[in-house]
Amino acid sequence: MTRYLMLLGIQLRASALLALQYRLDFVLDAVMSLFWTGSALVPLMVLYAQRATVAGWAWPEALLVVAWFTLLKGVLDGAVQPALSNVVEHIRKGTLDFLLIKPVDAQFMVSTSRFELHRSSEVFGGLALLGWALHRLGRWPSASGVAMAALLLLGAVVILYSLWILVVSLAFFVVKVDNLSYLFSSIYDAARWPASVFRGVLSFVFTFVIPLALMTTYPALALLGRLSLPRALGALASAALFAIIARRVWLFALGHYTSAGG
Amino acid sequence: MSNVSRTLRAMPTLLRVGFASSLAYRSEFFVWILATNMPLVMLALWSQVAREAPIGNYGPKQFTAYFLVTLIVRQLTGSWVVWEMNAEIRQGTLSQRLLRPLHPILSYAADNLAALPIRAIIVIPVAVLLLFLTGRGGVANDPVLWLLAPLGVAGAWLMSFSVMFLVGTLGLFWESSLAIWDLWFACYAIFSGYLMPLGLMPVWLQAFLHMSPFPYLLSLPVEICLGAVSRGVAARSLSIQWAYALAFLACALLLWRRGLVRFAAYGG
Repeated sequence: MTRYLMLLGIQLRASALLALQYRLDFVLDAVMSLFWTGSALVPLMVLYAQRATVAGWAWPEALLVVAWFTLLKGVLDGAVQPALSNVVEHIRKGTLDFLLIKPVDAQFMVSTSRFELHRSSEVFGGLALLGWALHRLGRWPSASGVAMAALLLLGAVVILYSLWILVVSLAFFVVKVDNLSYLFSSIYDAARWPASVFRGVLSFVFTFVIPLALMTTYPALALLGRLSLPRALGALASAALFAIIARRVWLFALGHYTSAGG
Repeated sequence: MSNVSRTLRAMPTLLRVGFASSLAYRSEFFVWILATNMPLVMLALWSQVAREAPIGNYGPKQFTAYFLVTLIVRQLTGSWVVWEMNAEIRQGTLSQRLLRPLHPILSYAADNLAALPIRAIIVIPVAVLLLFLTGRGGVANDPVLWLLAPLGVAGAWLMSFSVMFLVGTLGLFWESSLAIWDLWFACYAIFSGYLMPLGLMPVWLQAFLHMSPFPYLLSLPVEICLGAVSRGVAARSLSIQWAYALAFLACALLLWRRGLVRFAAYGG
């Protein structure tokens, strides 16, 4: 265990050193993330200019969902997405061998192979939005609500990560899919809306297949004190289930890896 | 042999090669198509909200027509040159393109145009669905507008292709050209009508937007197909669109000439 923690530290340091080489990117990414935070708000603002509530969500409540969306987007861009593009590239070129021959768990190596922490500036944008939303609401969430939301954040990261492992596993079978990360973020984009806005098929998909609802809407509900304990536990359980499935699929997919000559 | 006739003779072959490669990498291609799912999500969202009461001029039916046409136009006008150029410049494989006795912009254009038949596989069912869901009243019934629509789609294609080529060319100067593309796309998503009809935006913003290039990339051809603009406005907007497209193209070609001297292929 300490070995893995040490390894994580080394990988983080390597990524940080790599990031420092591209200082211009750093500034650009910060500007971009501000821009993304703002742009995520535009459709919502247009909608709420017409309506006081949408599907039972008032403006500050919907803002909470956007805040959570932005926060998780920071995690996605900084910790999940870079490694994804990295691994897909490795699989395509056959250089994944170099990761596989190391005497540690391959999934761990792959998941920590690349961090771009400077791209995580959206986390701050999310926190700012969160503050604004709570200010507009005019009341602070209860301690239990905050604790629940924090646990759900953990669950959301686990789900994001598991979905990502599933996507990477796909790359073992269909080789030229370096654009998978675009698909991933285009689907994630729908999470900025409160889940109850969607009805019918999409509502089913976003709750059970790609559980966007669990990632952004549930934590917001928890902060509002509207999430019952069983539902919160259910969300955490499904996060765990996702992680187990992802691990299984990963092991299965890895068995199908054929090096491309390296 | 003159330059032009040589190019024209090469074009059918280039298109065939492009078509074959889009078939070869069909899984990647399929992912691209899936990644443009945004109009469908937006369709679900806006039409659900509009079910309570219409928003502006838009009821559920109008939103359905709007976003399905948006999906079609987006499929027909999308390119991916910027990623292709970025990879080729970084890996040095651009040199193979430079060896051909043709301007690389033509071979990129052929690659992207050749993918249209596959995109049609998606577009045609959506179009049928559109007619089925909204009936004839959902789309334009003025034949002149339907004559102008292909012009609008072609203009939007040329414009977005030129911008992509321009940003891709920046990759010769600077390794972060993709970040600029992301910035452009962020503006595009909001201001082109991709996420919502521009008619729902505040009026002061609309006036400003129609001077910017963004509405001409998507909103204009969509509104022509929907019959949401008059003939006169459509014709005037189309001339602005083509002026923008040619201006972007000219900038891209100029920048390409200046940037190419900086290119150094490693390996390749």
